[in-house]
Amino acid sequence: MGGIPHDHYDPQSDFEKGMQKRLPIIGLAYDTLMIPTPKNLNWMWIWGIVLVFALVMQIVTGIVLVMHYVPHVDMAFASIEHIMRDVNGGHMIRYFHMNGASLMFFAVYMHIFRGLYYGSYKAPREVTWVLGSLMLVLMMGIAFMGYVLPWGQMSFHGTAVITGLFGAIPFVGEAVQTWLLGASAVGQPALNRFFSLHYLLPFVLLGLTILHVWAFHTTGNNNPTGVEVRRTSKEDAAKDTLPFWPYFVIKDLFALAIIMVLFMAVVGFMPNYLGHPDNYIPANALATPAHIVPEWYLLPFYAILRAFTADVWLVMLVEFISFGIIDAKFFGVLAMFGAIVVLALAPWLDTSSVRSGRYRPMFKWWFWLLVADFILLMWVGARPAEFPYDWIALIGSTYWFAYFLVILPLLGVIEKPDTPPATIEEDFKAHYAPNVGGTKTVSTPAE
Amino acid sequence: MKLIRNLTLSAATALALTGGQAMAAGEAGNVPDVDFPFDGMFGSYDQMQLQRGLQVYTEICSACHGLEHVALRTLGDDGGPGLPEDQVFAYAEYYEVFDPLLFDGEGDFRPATPADKFPASGLANAPDLSLMAKARAGFHGPYGTGLAQLWYGMGGAEYINAILTGYEEEPECALEGEPMDGYYNKYFTVGGFPDSCKYEDGTHKVEGSWIAMAPPLYGDDVEYADGHATDLDSIAEDVSAFLMWTAEPKLNARKEAGLTGVVFLAILSVLLYLTNKRLWAPHKGKKET
Repeated sequence: MGGIPHDHYDPQSDFEKGMQKRLPIIGLAYDTLMIPTPKNLNWMWIWGIVLVFALVMQIVTGIVLVMHYVPHVDMAFASIEHIMRDVNGGHMIRYFHMNGASLMFFAVYMHIFRGLYYGSYKAPREVTWVLGSLMLVLMMGIAFMGYVLPWGQMSFHGTAVITGLFGAIPFVGEAVQTWLLGASAVGQPALNRFFSLHYLLPFVLLGLTILHVWAFHTTGNNNPTGVEVRRTSKEDAAKDTLPFWPYFVIKDLFALAIIMVLFMAVVGFMPNYLGHPDNYIPANALATPAHIVPEWYLLPFYAILRAFTADVWLVMLVEFISFGIIDAKFFGVLAMFGAIVVLALAPWLDTSSVRSGRYRPMFKWWFWLLVADFILLMWVGARPAEFPYDWIALIGSTYWFAYFLVILPLLGVIEKPDTPPATIEEDFKAHYAPNVGGTKTVSTPAE
Repeated sequence: MKLIRNLTLSAATALALTGGQAMAAGEAGNVPDVDFPFDGMFGSYDQMQLQRGLQVYTEICSACHGLEHVALRTLGDDGGPGLPEDQVFAYAEYYEVFDPLLFDGEGDFRPATPADKFPASGLANAPDLSLMAKARAGFHGPYGTGLAQLWYGMGGAEYINAILTGYEEEPECALEGEPMDGYYNKYFTVGGFPDSCKYEDGTHKVEGSWIAMAPPLYGDDVEYADGHATDLDSIAEDVSAFLMWTAEPKLNARKEAGLTGVVFLAILSVLLYLTNKRLWAPHKGKKET
């Protein structure tokens, strides 16, 4: 796979040979598991496995939760309490599921910024990247709909706010909002369809995960140098790579175990830290919480949504040019979705000839500024929309767009990149000398 | 290990940054910390304290408030008040519940059994207390980052304790304007507030606000069988602890599971670290400097 020359599956027994002729599933599994993988992958290449694990964990815990949950406006909240109090191990399953969403988003953001730094989005991996961006949007939708199901105060009023965003679309907004909710207001029809979709869409996400893996198995992994594996001969390729099993499976499992230690500590000792106390109050249409805020992982995009208020000159200009069709509210919605669109377009916005940020002296600074910007937006997204937070949100949002639309295209022109190593083997050897004579080494395997 | 350090750092940063949203609830600003026995990684409920809290709840709070999510049988559970079976039955009979099956399907009241739940609130504006300790929080600082919660805990029980002990004489500024409904409480921040206590820019001259609930506790409101102190602070702490239990009855079991999980996964991590090191050793020589 990956166009990298390597030994393919060679069926031995009669059974295997027979299977290979009829349904080559063993061969598919073998070739997937033994795929040549750049041997210089560092510890930022573990998040994909973490995400697959977390997605499966969410699906398994979710299926058990569904056995006890009741999607009815009068019973949903009590059924969650039933799970927490009466179902065997229910409190742990529910806390796993609740915090599992946070684990997934933490991992996906690490995964995305890994890709941004090492240029994993660049040709020929655009399809992997665009699929990934789609998966991010899908994840956000799934997480949002899952948050609605306990039917607490934040579930209810959050639904009103988020579906209200679609109400901002000119002309058809109200119709779209009614269509989404199944009624003119948040109620039983909304709860039912969100429940249905919250069960369905994770399997769509699983399907997209398979396509995502298929896509990067076709192009081969990127790696910290951004230099491609040599495909000139099997011997050359073998110098740059090691098979996924056992080398990367064990490495990834080690990293996963460490992450699960932290995750278990969160679930065991502070399961509600990342949640919102208001969602332990049953939904009440007549009492709106003082501040409606989404979960932490949606905050950066929520900050972008709120940043473009009617007193920003760009918003005023757009409103004037569009004859008032694009008002501040709709502008905010466009900005929020646009923030992910520009992320998805990174492969075509980055003009640099060098793939990895490791060899791009100017890029590094702008990249780390983007990371800081993302964290800043996350913080400011939970703050009230007042001075100075409105200004911080506006500056932070502007930088997000500037990074993708201005800085990435310009850097490729003005920056003079360093020279990456000629081969992955060269990079690997610069870190690790070959082990001579099998003597015991005292190195640490971490980079 | 650089990996472990990086992961711990990034996780700590992420947790610290994200916990801050709790601030937006607009609930309690600063509540005093109480050293509850269930605080911290190794903390667990004090059975005697929960029983005292149950007594305070029964004799005082239950006049207006309910616990509609809490089953009476759970009073006998491990990790809770742990009442013996006969006491659970006897306690249940204290309440009357409406049974729709009685009286030929028309329904009637009967004494409760352990299979029933606590009655719901008797007063329309008295919120159910089952989940109150998780529906409120404290320690949102500094700067709304929620870092303090990592140290002090979520602060739900502390919030209840603060409300119960936060009643004070009305500040002088309040006497200037129209008389306020309710009672001044320095830790209740979301109630009514008189204009005469605001500065011209709308900010408040005094902390707290006016709450509808009359001061429920004064000290010596109950008499404990175990001879424990009955001053205001003690009984407020006891009933706050009890309400933490009603909100999170599986706290003890959860922390045990958490600890077991952390220990076993840590052992697994060490084993996988050694496996990984050995596996890669032939391909990685001594690191060049």
